[in-house]
Amino acid sequence: MLSLTIKEVSLALREGKISPLELCRKCLKRIKKTQHLNAYITVTEELALKQAEEAESRLLQGSPKGILDGIPFAVKDNFCTENIRTTCASRMLKDFLPPYNATVVQKLLDQGAVLVGKTNMDEFAMGSGSTDGVFGPVRNPWSYAAPYREQSGAEDDSEWVITGGSSGGSGAAVTSLTSFLALGSDTGGSTRNPGALCGAVALKPTYGLLSRHGLIPLVNSMDVPGIVTRSTSDAAIVLEVLQGRDLKDSTTVQSPTSHAGFSEDFDVRNLCVGIPKEYHAPGLSQETLAQWSRLADLLEGAGARVREVSLPHTQHSIVCYHVLCCAEVASNMARFDGLEYGHRSTEDSSTDAMYAASRHEGFNAVVRGRILSGNFFLLQQNYERYFLKAQQVRRLIAEDFEHAFSAGVDVLLTPTTLSDAASYSHFIQEDNRTRSTQEDVFTQPANLAGTGRTPHGGTR
Amino acid sequence: MAACTVLVTPLLYVNKQSSLFYHKACNIHRQCVTKKISTSVSRCSSQADPQKKSRPHELVGVVGLEIHAQIQSNTKLFSGSKVGFSAPPNSLVSFFDASLPGTLPVLNRRCVEAAVMTALALNCTINKKSFFDRKHYFYADLPAGYQITQQRRAVAVDGQLAYSLLGGRKRNQIQSRTVRIKQIQLEQDSGKSLHDDQRSQTLIDLNRAGVGLMELVMEPDMSCGEQAAAAVRELQLVLQALGTCQGNMSEGQLRVDANVSVHRPGEELGVRTEVKNINSARFLSRAIDYEIQRQIEALGRGEAVLNETRTYDSKSGHTIPMRDKEGLADYRFMPEPNLPPLVVYEDRGSVPAGLLGAEGVVVLEGLREGLPELPSVKRARLVRSYGLLPEHSFTLVNEDGLMEYFEAVVKETRKEPRKLIGWVTNELLGHLKHHNLSVSKCPVSPSALAELLELQEAGHISSTVAKQVLGEMWRDPGRRAPEVVREQDLGLVCDSSDLQRVCQRVLDSHPDLVRALQEGNKKVLNRLMGLVQKETKGRADPVLVRSLLEEKTS
Repeated sequence: MLSLTIKEVSLALREGKISPLELCRKCLKRIKKTQHLNAYITVTEELALKQAEEAESRLLQGSPKGILDGIPFAVKDNFCTENIRTTCASRMLKDFLPPYNATVVQKLLDQGAVLVGKTNMDEFAMGSGSTDGVFGPVRNPWSYAAPYREQSGAEDDSEWVITGGSSGGSGAAVTSLTSFLALGSDTGGSTRNPGALCGAVALKPTYGLLSRHGLIPLVNSMDVPGIVTRSTSDAAIVLEVLQGRDLKDSTTVQSPTSHAGFSEDFDVRNLCVGIPKEYHAPGLSQETLAQWSRLADLLEGAGARVREVSLPHTQHSIVCYHVLCCAEVASNMARFDGLEYGHRSTEDSSTDAMYAASRHEGFNAVVRGRILSGNFFLLQQNYERYFLKAQQVRRLIAEDFEHAFSAGVDVLLTPTTLSDAASYSHFIQEDNRTRSTQEDVFTQPANLAGTGRTPHGGTR
Repeated sequence: MAACTVLVTPLLYVNKQSSLFYHKACNIHRQCVTKKISTSVSRCSSQADPQKKSRPHELVGVVGLEIHAQIQSNTKLFSGSKVGFSAPPNSLVSFFDASLPGTLPVLNRRCVEAAVMTALALNCTINKKSFFDRKHYFYADLPAGYQITQQRRAVAVDGQLAYSLLGGRKRNQIQSRTVRIKQIQLEQDSGKSLHDDQRSQTLIDLNRAGVGLMELVMEPDMSCGEQAAAAVRELQLVLQALGTCQGNMSEGQLRVDANVSVHRPGEELGVRTEVKNINSARFLSRAIDYEIQRQIEALGRGEAVLNETRTYDSKSGHTIPMRDKEGLADYRFMPEPNLPPLVVYEDRGSVPAGLLGAEGVVVLEGLREGLPELPSVKRARLVRSYGLLPEHSFTLVNEDGLMEYFEAVVKETRKEPRKLIGWVTNELLGHLKHHNLSVSKCPVSPSALAELLELQEAGHISSTVAKQVLGEMWRDPGRRAPEVVREQDLGLVCDSSDLQRVCQRVLDSHPDLVRALQEGNKKVLNRLMGLVQKETKGRADPVLVRSLLEEKTS
């Protein structure tokens, strides 16, 4: 039951094969069973059961709110949930209870979906492994699959693999079957990366399609709420529910077309697939390359037109991303001073001292490092050389995509990650910044350009 | 005055060791010092006036202003919380104002319209596209750690404000000046912090955090405090007429910081200081004049003027250096990523099809057409319609509600506006000032005043009596003029025979005056008239008295 897609389980609910309460209880039980994955920071058991009960009475009356009514879902812990602890996996917000729901969360709740918990992540979404949050790292469910255990040869689980990040908890939640969908956030690949490494479908919508109101920001000009599901039609269903202009978010736009009619019998012969040659990056594993080629051949064999394209500014993308990301981080984190909310230090010799101590105690080294870098880039004497330059390069990168798409290409096919999920012991041999630089290489250009992306080719 | 000057100058050169002597002596001669400062710079109008001769080696003041005007709107610039004053602390704070994580700014259309209307009234060029930026600094009254402002491109640039000074001995000579407006930008106001030194803590009230401000920068086209105060006064009138800002300096609705430097005309500008903490137009004038003088004297002593921020202390009248809390602040400006560029459309035709009728669209055409009558236009109209002198129109427009009062009186009396203006601008206004009342609180209604003036116009009472009656009506609101006149028997005595008797009596008791008059001393007539009025308690018809006396002494 738990491994069904949203479409399938929704049908089952409406047909009375299972009740929302039963479904909810199953998920909660499974969460307890998979606790070792550390996918959840907060499990909202009481609330979930209450919501499931309400869904049940609606279904019994034959008036479900929609296809998502009664479906358990999870939300990354950087989305504000009213009166439910929202931590961003940081000491700074360890006990923070937002007084409101993020728009995308509210939309799901309005559809009758059942919130089972807040998922684990890298602190403030900074990272590509979900290993740098204060509640500990998230373990990839596949670490415990028989094929992997055989392969790694380890007796115990010491060679467990990472989920990728920063929305690792959401990736793990969906693929460990504790929820049918999960919200992540994607700034440089943070939903697609764990999606790929955990074997889920992960969708990064086009910037502006989904509201960011209530999403605690990393980089305002690149953040989008991400959707993690077990099938592409599930992702389309959720996208349809979540998209739309939000007056509370001035960067949203009204979607010009509806995605609801996701046709199952879509004709691949109408498709032109572009393979960007610059994505043959150093460090790309043999296996990933093989999968990439295999998929391209599959599509070609089915009648699609597959051809090579060029996105010439790709090589500059990661540095450009890093500069802009740090600058916005430095700005967005300025509000965390312990005054109105969040961690406040006991240091009180002066306001400045209190600020400095609170921020030092509340943020981990990754966050602090990016704040310092960002402030450096934004200094008056550096602004032109770093920030302005990066914005100009950003425009070139966005134009690369525009050229490709206006030249007749409908979709681009690229790898999401360099290789398979790494073991934790291997991953932590390099620091967060190094890993991010390596791992984000395929994903962050899309964030710079604002385009929608969804990874294929997992590690099944 | 000359003696005073000589005494003062050596004192200023006294060195620090004799500071006690300096201070004491200064106090004694404070009157002198103050006078010296005010007379030397009150001629600033002439110094800056190219037509007057100015001594080329004399240092003159150069003054620019940075003005923050709180936008009059129901809600704040980027959030829906209400704008209010004297509300309980932290009761008008939205999640966004408190910088709760995940909240986003949403631009208030009314605030944009207010800024655009103000810009149009000040003849600015409206930037069809302007941007929002973040200005970063850490302070307890700035919850987000940054202020959203417009640094790259403001909503309006290159305007000007025409203002006038009443000069001359009788303050009836109008001097017209203009000051260039560099730009008008939209930005957020900060919260308020109150320092509780007793408990070593700071209390923060975020009610004001996020309220919309228009920052107006006036170029250094002014040269003294009087000009700056006049310019600010005119700006207040414009903003109040537009309804975009209530302009009350003491309540913080209009905050003015002055940039002051001195130089010799023709030479390059001197180092400037910024003067803050000025709560009224009067203090503005004093602070600027003090600062100009301070800089002139410092340079005279061979000292340099520092580029610093100074605060005005109204008690001493001095400017004092502020603790350099900002120093070399780098605000790390960054474009605000959560707000698209602010676009203002010229007319309905230029609005893209999909946006017509949408909430956030601001169109210049409509705003231009809807601009109310500005003060300068009002004044010209008053002069034209009522035949008033320019200085009268100034007073009428300057005083909130006085113009409306005047026009109401005009409607209800046959008296010519030119003749009754003095009653409004001198008598009535004099009473109001004396009792510290605004026109809206005036105890004498326009129709009551009109009634009184009708009596005087018809010759039933003299103007002296009329002033007396006004005083009575003021003290006892509700009593009408005819009632007072009747009760106190103040009517003009026109009865010829009565007056004849009084005149004769006066003449008989002052033969020396009669002789002087007959010998050709015309001035004596006034004295005799005065004596008659004294006898009749001011109730004699002056015209009649004069003719009677003349007749009797011819």
